Amino acid sequence: MAIPAGFDPKLAHVVSQWPHDRPLNACRFDPVGRFVFSGSEDAAVERFNLADGVRSVINGGHQTWVCAIACSLDGVHAISGGCDGKITWWESAAAEPKPLRSIDAHKGWIRSLDVSPDGTLLVSGGNDNVVRLWNINDGSLIREFSGHTRNVYCVIFHPQGQFLLSGDLTGGLKQWEIATGKEVRTFEATPLHSYNGGQQVDFGGIRALAVSPDGKWLVAGGLYKATNPLGAVHEPLVLLFDWETQKLEKQLIAEGITQGVIWRLKWLSDGSIMGLSGGGSGGFLVFWKPETEKDYHRFPLPSLARDMDLHPDGLQVATAHYDRHLRISRLAAKAT
Amino acid sequence: MKINYACGSADHGIARRHFLGSMAATGAGIMAGGLGVFSNPAIAAQLRSDQKRIVVFNMHGGLSQLESWDPKPGTDTGGPFLAIPTSVPGIHVSELLPQTAQQMHHLCLVRGVNTSEDDHGKGAYMMLTGRRQTPAGNFPQLGAVAAKALTPVASALPGHILITPGGSGGRGNDSAYLGPKYSSVQLGNGNPPQNTIRPENMAETSDTARQDFRRKVNDRFLNRRRTAVTEAFAYSYEQAEQLMRQRDVFDVTKEPATDLERYGTHDFGRHCLLARRLLEQGITCVQLSHSNYDTHNENFNFHIEQMGEFDRSFSCFVADLAARGMLETTLLVVLSEFGRTPNINQYYGRDHWSKAWSVCLAGCRIPRGSVYGKTNANGTEVEDGQVDHGALFHTYLQAAGVDSTGSFDIDGRDIPIADPATGAVSQLLT
Repeated sequence: MAIPAGFDPKLAHVVSQWPHDRPLNACRFDPVGRFVFSGSEDAAVERFNLADGVRSVINGGHQTWVCAIACSLDGVHAISGGCDGKITWWESAAAEPKPLRSIDAHKGWIRSLDVSPDGTLLVSGGNDNVVRLWNINDGSLIREFSGHTRNVYCVIFHPQGQFLLSGDLTGGLKQWEIATGKEVRTFEATPLHSYNGGQQVDFGGIRALAVSPDGKWLVAGGLYKATNPLGAVHEPLVLLFDWETQKLEKQLIAEGITQGVIWRLKWLSDGSIMGLSGGGSGGFLVFWKPETEKDYHRFPLPSLARDMDLHPDGLQVATAHYDRHLRISRLAAKAT
Repeated sequence: MKINYACGSADHGIARRHFLGSMAATGAGIMAGGLGVFSNPAIAAQLRSDQKRIVVFNMHGGLSQLESWDPKPGTDTGGPFLAIPTSVPGIHVSELLPQTAQQMHHLCLVRGVNTSEDDHGKGAYMMLTGRRQTPAGNFPQLGAVAAKALTPVASALPGHILITPGGSGGRGNDSAYLGPKYSSVQLGNGNPPQNTIRPENMAETSDTARQDFRRKVNDRFLNRRRTAVTEAFAYSYEQAEQLMRQRDVFDVTKEPATDLERYGTHDFGRHCLLARRLLEQGITCVQLSHSNYDTHNENFNFHIEQMGEFDRSFSCFVADLAARGMLETTLLVVLSEFGRTPNINQYYGRDHWSKAWSVCLAGCRIPRGSVYGKTNANGTEVEDGQVDHGALFHTYLQAAGVDSTGSFDIDGRDIPIADPATGAVSQLLT
């Protein structure tokens, strides 16, 4: 991917903010670039027109919160995953989208969805500890991947399309072969998990995964230094693995972001990594280079954010916020 | 702290005036203060089969009522979980309690609790003593009150057991003016009481000889200087000896392995099974904790973890007590220090909320398969059937057959068993 003209994370700024009725949980750009879809603390899916921010509230697909969003690569369908265990397909550009298909996909929450690089497959992971692979065109189940012992927090396709990756609450990070369903390897991502004996809770987990476009690196994001899990005392952490050797090359940190957790990771066109972190003083877009442990820049957002997506243009960033706003930021200088 | 032993009974703790009044009122001699007031072993034995017991599940940190007993799905405060039907038509609980939902016909949900206290320590104190903490004095916890009022005089076992999530055990400091005799024996992480195995290098005959000698010296001392403190001191030795003899009572591994599997192999499952064992062995009050519900951060994730454990173990416990006929004589109380805010904070957490929350009850005189009290649509306020810690404390005791309006005789002074400014909730007593 070529570096887009004007790209400079250090010049990031918010260009738009659009309100909703409830705090937002998730967001994704339509790959064609017309819309941003979001899920929030209600049973609706929201569609924001990227050109003017006009919001459509789309009901009828879920009984409770929408926690995960994906879009078909051709932009025809938006797909939502709910805490009711359902996956619902929508016609992206319809004037008043109705559910095209809704399937009972998991027992318990669906926490993560992703679409395969060739656009034919959808993967989901959830609270029943199972990863499921679906035909994106008809919603039929193709394969199940069992082996996680705790809730699956994040699922992604490898960019070359041969493998799936999934991460769970206890730092279990598995590589699956799509064609056979076999577990190929596990990565040692336990720094992202802790058990607090005093509070008697497991905490952390793999909240975000991303493979570099060249396939050289795998990053897994979450939190560490969880001295008080119930009180949100922890800091964000990203683990950088060498894909071939599985060696943990670096632990990428962002000092001073108290109460921070990485909710999403994206590789940028210049080879750096962008993470979305929540935090006690708001939300941050945090930027790292693979060769350096400390972030080289962080952009403070106006409110704590819970999800993020990168526009196909490589410049626009959508963030879903607790303060009931969807925001669009731009990784470039302000227009004059 | 000199004791007036005019009656000659070491356990005549219920105020004489109240005791006589209760006997007269009930005619047939149904006690108000428990078996402990009877000196006639025949009467005590007759009533022992009907001995009331109490078990308290302390949901440490503040269980969310919205993720348990009073779900509000589809509202701005309801969170992501759905409500599910129960074995009682029309009553719904959180989807995090699927197995407990099937025991709802044994349970009673009190949904209108308002304690107006959002501090952990103060809230816990109120819920366990039925009164607000004051600088002027301390009050005994429910377990100590139950131990004094309900434990048979001749019982060889302590009346008040606390199963703690961790720690090494010991004695609690929870009996206030009732004296150390009624303070809890703590079983750290469900293990048998500490130091209850005779040292290997001491022969049984030697042990017996030294105990006899201790008793002889003790009796001589007590004949001249008998006080509550010396009484408790002597009692602790006798109780320790009994504990050593009956160590198996506290050994949950004596329970069938299939039961342990059924209850869950985690600590709380083991603790619930131990509670069942202790109640079956005649312990009057068992309190166990499940930790931790103080979920200011990621409330929903942590409730998935914690309620999953609780649901399995608690539902087995309720079902077992019902199947064994023990719910007729055993009061179950599931409480916290408070509930959690309807508002969901930026960390997906819920904070402290004492204005509208829930307690779950079962057994003895508690109406089964019922709900008492109601909160508004999004759970921010009590709309109907409001109760507080004081009224609940009276209700617990009266459900277990203790006249909570009575008094204890402490050093010749009548001290109300429960807060005299309030009373039991009659609708919660059949």
